[in-house]
Amino acid sequence: MRETLNVAKGVAWRQAHLFFTNPSFLLPSLLFPLFFFTAFVGGLSRIREVPGFDFPLGYTAFQFVFVLLQSAAFAGVFTGFGIARDFESGFMRRLMLAAPNRSGILLGYTVAALIRWLTVISVVTAVAFLAQMKIGGDGVDLFGLYVLGLLVSIAGTMWSAGVAMRLRSQQAFPVMQMPVFILLFFAPVYVPLNLLEGWIHGVATVNPITPLLEEGRGLISGDPTRTLLSFAIALGLVGGFALWAARGLKRAEAAG
Amino acid sequence: MQIALLQAATLGRRAVVRTARQPANVIFPLIFPMLLLAVNAGGLKAETQLPGFPTDSFLAFALAVPFVQGALLATVNANVEFARDIQTGFLNRLALTPVRGLVLLIGQLGGLLTIALVQAVFYLVVGVAFGVRLETGVAGALLLLVLEAMIALAFASLGCWAALRTGSTEAVQGLFPVFFVFLFLSSMNIPRNLIETDWFRWVATINPVSYLIEAVRSLVIADWHWETIGLGFAVATAMSLIGFALASHALIGRMART
Amino acid sequence: MSPRENSIEARGLVREFKKGPRAVDGIDLHVGPGEIYGFLGPNGAGKSTTVHMLTTLLPPTAGTATVGGYDVVKEGPQVRKTIGAALQEAALDPYLTGREHLRLQTAMHGITGEERKRRSDELLARVGLTEAADRKIRGYSGGMKRRLDLALALVHGPRILFLDEPTTGLDIQSRTALWDEVGRLAKHEGVTVFLTTQYLEEADVLADRVGIIDHGHIVAEGTPDQLKAEISSNTIEAVPADPEHHGAVAAILERFGAPTTGFGPNSVAVQLPASDGDIAQIVRALDAEGLRIAHLQIHEPTLDDVFLAKTGRHLEGAGDEADQEEPAAT
Repeated sequence: MRETLNVAKGVAWRQAHLFFTNPSFLLPSLLFPLFFFTAFVGGLSRIREVPGFDFPLGYTAFQFVFVLLQSAAFAGVFTGFGIARDFESGFMRRLMLAAPNRSGILLGYTVAALIRWLTVISVVTAVAFLAQMKIGGDGVDLFGLYVLGLLVSIAGTMWSAGVAMRLRSQQAFPVMQMPVFILLFFAPVYVPLNLLEGWIHGVATVNPITPLLEEGRGLISGDPTRTLLSFAIALGLVGGFALWAARGLKRAEAAG
Repeated sequence: MQIALLQAATLGRRAVVRTARQPANVIFPLIFPMLLLAVNAGGLKAETQLPGFPTDSFLAFALAVPFVQGALLATVNANVEFARDIQTGFLNRLALTPVRGLVLLIGQLGGLLTIALVQAVFYLVVGVAFGVRLETGVAGALLLLVLEAMIALAFASLGCWAALRTGSTEAVQGLFPVFFVFLFLSSMNIPRNLIETDWFRWVATINPVSYLIEAVRSLVIADWHWETIGLGFAVATAMSLIGFALASHALIGRMART
Repeated sequence: MSPRENSIEARGLVREFKKGPRAVDGIDLHVGPGEIYGFLGPNGAGKSTTVHMLTTLLPPTAGTATVGGYDVVKEGPQVRKTIGAALQEAALDPYLTGREHLRLQTAMHGITGEERKRRSDELLARVGLTEAADRKIRGYSGGMKRRLDLALALVHGPRILFLDEPTTGLDIQSRTALWDEVGRLAKHEGVTVFLTTQYLEEADVLADRVGIIDHGHIVAEGTPDQLKAEISSNTIEAVPADPEHHGAVAAILERFGAPTTGFGPNSVAVQLPASDGDIAQIVRALDAEGLRIAHLQIHEPTLDDVFLAKTGRHLEGAGDEADQEEPAAT
């Protein structure tokens, strides 16, 4: 256990160091969620006037939840990019040789992704408050919202790590990114589920991200209605993708 | 003159062939804008209920976006390859031939335009297949393709400038998020007059991409609104001229042959 | 055709880069018509920069040069019509086939129609790429890429050919094949060849004359034999049967010549004076001390010995130092 934690600490430190000292990593991670937040809130706030849009806290809070989950998922995806790069450069081989317990490597990357996301979401939260975002939930609700984000970030990391471990090159980038993008955007991004019509309503209904998004919006407004389902889904995603990543690690080990 | 045409045509052909032989560079600019269109058309359909929204069909409203987005994607990809030519020394190979810099630029841009036009036809066909009817009819569709060529030229020439100025594939790839920002801070998802937030409306008003989108949109959902169409052409032409001038200047520095 | 039209001349050629030392620092050279001139030097010596100036890709900071009778600064387009160049990077498009490369190159030179096809087929046959002509470059080996590069340089029938380290990274067979073709071009077609290399053997075998460049200066110039004869005669190398006798063997040999390096770890080597020394005397001296020798060899001087004499360093390894000192020359 101690060995695993030591390995994880080393890997996490390196990733965090790379993240904070390289503007080419730090800035896009910070700017893109901020950009989406301001573009959606600034450009589409009129949508709250559409009949049937009954989110009480306004469009800023409505979109904040989406950006929270999106940034969480993409913190995992960007960490996966780093894993793929490490494979391609040969650095992963060095890690695998040095680590007595290789699951510590996965744990380290996950911790790094969480550090990355927490940094990003702190900035986005600060900007949201500056934009006078309203909050309806209490401390427990908000804590639950951020825990949901945490779980999505871990799931995103595990998914991307599994892809990176299998493809072991930068060709993995679109494979990591596109499914996450599709899952996120085939959810009620711009309007609540009840205002979606046609095929997209059907897709969003079965999309596992939809309950997470709705629960997040419920938590921020102090009226969570899908807590059990959403956290079960989130934990299920974490568990499923953790297995995916662990098997990917075995494949990478076998490939040498 | 004949030799210059041959050189330009051969270089343009190379740009097209190179793109066609990289499936990711073909499929992504075709599929990704359509995917976003599907998402936005479904997700923002409710927006048509806002008073003053210009059409009942959000799909028709949003169809303009892929034309601009697709031009952007195709030209960024192709200019990344152009930057790679500089990195690998291929440009030096061309510099050792009698080809003039201007011809080289025209050839490269011509190739990129061809790619963008093929994409535009695809978007039109998909739009029509999903029930969009152009208010301006067949003539409008043809003018739309001409406008698309101008839009592609605008992005392509700016991308060429970036490739020649930096000689770096990463720098040209880094243009994509910059252009993306311009795309999102525009009237891409909502008419400018319906944007509620003052600062956003102001940004969308000074953003040249808004006028490109609005001109394409006008050909789809409005009946020959010449002012809007004219503005789109004017902005695309201005961007092209600026981009071309910058690219020509950068080419002189990059091909520093005597 | 006048002799000037196939020659290369440079006087006081200089190239300075911003915030860096002079990559080329006053080069004078003359390459006669139909000659193969080998430009030999370590990495960072200024070889490629010189080539870039002579092929008009880089204007000189000072000095003059004419290629094919044309001034490289004032008559750039005419120079480019006269020359072909295969530069250090093969610079091929991985998504095009060999034939498509030739199509592009012929179009750039205004060669069209039947003439284009005839030229392409002829060059592909000449460099042995007919069968691979319609495969994308991605599938070519290093040797095939270099051969295609040579074919592209010859598309417009140039009188002067610049080859910048053409065999770097190639296996011995590919290298030999390229040497054969270059030799044929010079001897049978009268093409003047300016060849840069860091390989001693290449300069020795291929070049009619060699210019050795170091830190932007030509430190020696002449035929390979002239250069070798200038500096010394032979080197004698001895490997003691008992490694513990290394010092004793060295002491004996050093009575006959100056110690030198560049041989195996167990070897003792000295450069004999121009009078060649008396090998028999050396053997008798070793025998008198009871020293048994496992291996004794006489080495003729090499261009590396010439480089060593002129610069105090061996050619191999000199490039690493040069890379550390100088910015990468273009």
